[in-house]
Amino acid sequence: MYTQALNNLDLPQNDEGDPREARFMARIDAEERIEPNDFMPEGYRKTLVRQIAQHAHSEIIGMLPEGNWITRAPSLRRKAALLAKVQDEGGHGLYLYCAAETLGKSREEMMDELVDGRAKYSSIFNYPTLTWADIGMIGWLVDGAAIMNQIPLCRCSFGPYARAMIRICKEESFHQRQGYEQIMTLCAGTPEQKELAQDSLNRWWWPSIMMFGPSDGDSVHSAKSMAWKIKRFTNDELRQKFIDATVPQAHRIGLEIPDPDLKFNEETGHWEIGEIDWEEFKRVLAGGGPCNADRVAARKAAQENGAWVRDAALAYAQKRAARESETLAA
Amino acid sequence: MTTLTLTAPSPHLAFLLRLADDNLILGHRLSEWTGHAPMLEEDIALANIALDHIGAARSLYDRAAELHGEGLTEDDYAYRRDARGYLNCLLVERPNGDFAHTIVRQLLYSAFALPYWAVLTASTDATIAAIAAKSEKEARYHVRHSGDWFLRLGDGTDESRTRTEAALAALWPYTGELFEVDATLEPLIAEGVAADPRSVHAVWQQTIDQALAATGLTVPEVPFMQTGGRTGYHTEHLGFILADLQFMQRAYPGATW
Ligand SMILES: [Fe+2]
Ligand SMILES: [Fe+2]
Repeated sequence: MYTQALNNLDLPQNDEGDPREARFMARIDAEERIEPNDFMPEGYRKTLVRQIAQHAHSEIIGMLPEGNWITRAPSLRRKAALLAKVQDEGGHGLYLYCAAETLGKSREEMMDELVDGRAKYSSIFNYPTLTWADIGMIGWLVDGAAIMNQIPLCRCSFGPYARAMIRICKEESFHQRQGYEQIMTLCAGTPEQKELAQDSLNRWWWPSIMMFGPSDGDSVHSAKSMAWKIKRFTNDELRQKFIDATVPQAHRIGLEIPDPDLKFNEETGHWEIGEIDWEEFKRVLAGGGPCNADRVAARKAAQENGAWVRDAALAYAQKRAARESETLAA
Repeated sequence: MTTLTLTAPSPHLAFLLRLADDNLILGHRLSEWTGHAPMLEEDIALANIALDHIGAARSLYDRAAELHGEGLTEDDYAYRRDARGYLNCLLVERPNGDFAHTIVRQLLYSAFALPYWAVLTASTDATIAAIAAKSEKEARYHVRHSGDWFLRLGDGTDESRTRTEAALAALWPYTGELFEVDATLEPLIAEGVAADPRSVHAVWQQTIDQALAATGLTVPEVPFMQTGGRTGYHTEHLGFILADLQFMQRAYPGATW
């Protein structure tokens, strides 16, 4: 019921030597935006559908660890802010599913792939939110990392994705500031609160660093995405930007980065981190994180428990349409 | 952080807390859906409605705190009272159940809240009148949202109709309490601070009758109405809501978040 019909779905599978391909690349090089009904090589379409769907899935899976604390937020102000934040993430998921649908894949199909485990989403959401501090930490680090990734996407060559990103980035940077402010409040509070913040940073720091994906040498999709101007910076470049922005923020409020090898390089002006545990990254991405099973199970339950509601909405719409056409005929 | 017990609150304070508690508890219940709704659009819509209710509760607690003096804040009311001190009607604390229960609960409550806020815009308490003006607009959307869904579910599939009927039967006994007037309300109605809930019963009934007529469902036969929330005599569910809601304040007393 969410599929949008488009007129360019039966393109030839092999675009090699297609003169349209050269024109397409010329448009990309000229920084023009590609729109859904424009010609595009199949590889470009597939890459985008995969990336946008993963992004959409990350938004809605991300609602779960944060939603976990809505009913337990420590003040009414924080409760309302968290609820509004998680609602924003749902909105992001919605725009992104719509953007992916313009490329010919239905939301139902994407949802099915998510609940049966075929689709991927950001590894970060497979970690648990154990304390209230984790809510601030997600805002500060996870939304912060998301912004680093997404700001360049506002100039992505695919129009609907770029436009969705502009709107989303504004909200993400609000989330990031709000999260940092929450952590600041903890750091200025009782020793117990400060300890909550430090413990949370200890658990979320490395997973946040891993959000940028494998190192440039090991990233399968990077080169092509750069040529197509879907991606503008490499994983490592974005990761470094995030580290340089975040380390001083942590120090400013008296938090210690859980990395004994962290040091500032006076010559380059960059913070250098220790070794990333890529085994952990691979394990979490492959399904072995602490919460992978719970996250997918929660989405699956929502999908299954809601089936009768979606069926009812569809049945009602059909009945109404039938009644209307009867009235017209009479 | 000790438990806040209000011994013999003034009628004005009690009235504010009743209305605030209705909104907080209903908002809390709706917020439980976030991330688990039948479709993404409903995650967003239910969160919206929850935010409206929580927002109204906060304004009402603020006004209560102002009246109360003693330097209390909105959070003292929400986080420090035990179940016996909560004055919400029983309807709003009923569990979310399936989506039909949530929709029916919302329609039954919002169909009352909409005309009730409308009357309260004339409250002699200017703060209540201002909150009512804002909330009336929001309640209009709540009635439309739950009313539209009531129609889809009541006139959708056999399954959705059966579920809607079951939800109506389960929740109807909690509607009588919405219109009760007691010794707390009487003087306030006379002063014009509060509105008489009985005065909006006919409008409420009409909204519900219209929704029922559109689906062919009927008012369930209910031999008994339930009551007690306005004096702190709740269903067993409220205790668990508060265990969740108040966890942080109880685990880390006195901290600022
Ligand atoms: Fe987001
Ligand atoms: Fe966000």
